Amino acid sequence: MEIIISGLLLGGAFGFVLERAGFGNPNKLTAQFRLSDWSVFKVMFTAIVFAAVGLMIFERLGIVASEELFVPPAFLGAAALGGALVGAGFAVGGYCPGTSVVGMMSGRIDAAIFLVGLLLGTVIFAGIYPSIEALTTLGEFAKADALPEALHVSSFSVNVVMVFAAVGVFLLGSWMEKKSSGPVSSNSK
Amino acid sequence: MSESSNTQLPQSYWNPLVAGLILGMVLLVTFVTTGHGLGATGFTTRFTAWMGMHIVPVATNANDYLGGMVEDGKPLSAWITWQVLGVALGALASAYFAHRIQFQMDGRKFLGGSKRPVTAMLGGVLAGFGARIAAGCTSGLGLSGGAVLSLAGFTFLCTFFAVGLLVSRFMKEEK
Repeated sequence: MEIIISGLLLGGAFGFVLERAGFGNPNKLTAQFRLSDWSVFKVMFTAIVFAAVGLMIFERLGIVASEELFVPPAFLGAAALGGALVGAGFAVGGYCPGTSVVGMMSGRIDAAIFLVGLLLGTVIFAGIYPSIEALTTLGEFAKADALPEALHVSSFSVNVVMVFAAVGVFLLGSWMEKKSSGPVSSNSK
Repeated sequence: MSESSNTQLPQSYWNPLVAGLILGMVLLVTFVTTGHGLGATGFTTRFTAWMGMHIVPVATNANDYLGGMVEDGKPLSAWITWQVLGVALGALASAYFAHRIQFQMDGRKFLGGSKRPVTAMLGGVLAGFGARIAAGCTSGLGLSGGAVLSLAGFTFLCTFFAVGLLVSRFMKEEK
């Protein structure tokens, strides 16, 4: 029961914010790659930095224990290859997996087709898994899973750099938006 | 594109800083309450296993990747199932109250024109396949993995954006 409520509430908030940001709209999402609308970078950077700083503060206050947080294993070759394919899929199809759900719920048939493709891609992967299993553990970095341990610096230092990087993304993005057609609005055709 | 049954104009999208801060809060609360972040393809993979279990049970059971998920006969019994259902309901509520629900084939202008169904399908296949190699997608590995400062998360984001930028150069705009 608890997982049902927590899943529905947190997922509900996630979907609500994505839709409000305009991330169910493939024209807006792919405008990031055309560099005319920087909303995807701005929203993702802000969210990552906010959560990273928040987790750091909560760890210091003893509210969360860092060893209890899930950190994905450092199969960096697999992450790079998968990221490349998801990026290509985003540029061609107009969505990533999560945003295609948002697009479909706002009535977009192309998003529903993207989701069918997503399932098909999963079936193809499962079908040939024995011969490509090695790709999923490609390029393991054995020394560390997270940036602070890999660089031997504190998470505070990493977070400071990330805050500056986020400010930089906002400045650069807003400047490039002014030079181009600008952010995609909810009314634009 | 076509006119909607909604007579009211859609509301404006949120300012990206506001949306980013609220998304960050949701992500932070998710980590504090569950120990992990938000995702999407964890569900679609389980859903694939669930469909396989009903359509081709023998092959699904024997499959090296999906077999483990259907062992107990309940591949959908997981937190991520409810979370993705929540995403769908939250997005529906948001779109409804912002007057943004519109049945349409969107994205034609930049993504293939009359071939839009093909680009949508192809993009989905690439993303679905790629997310299984990386064991995560933009949400699960990029966003959530970035928040815990993971090397895998940042690596994913770098190639995701680099290849996205590159591939989108080949998508012609319809005039």
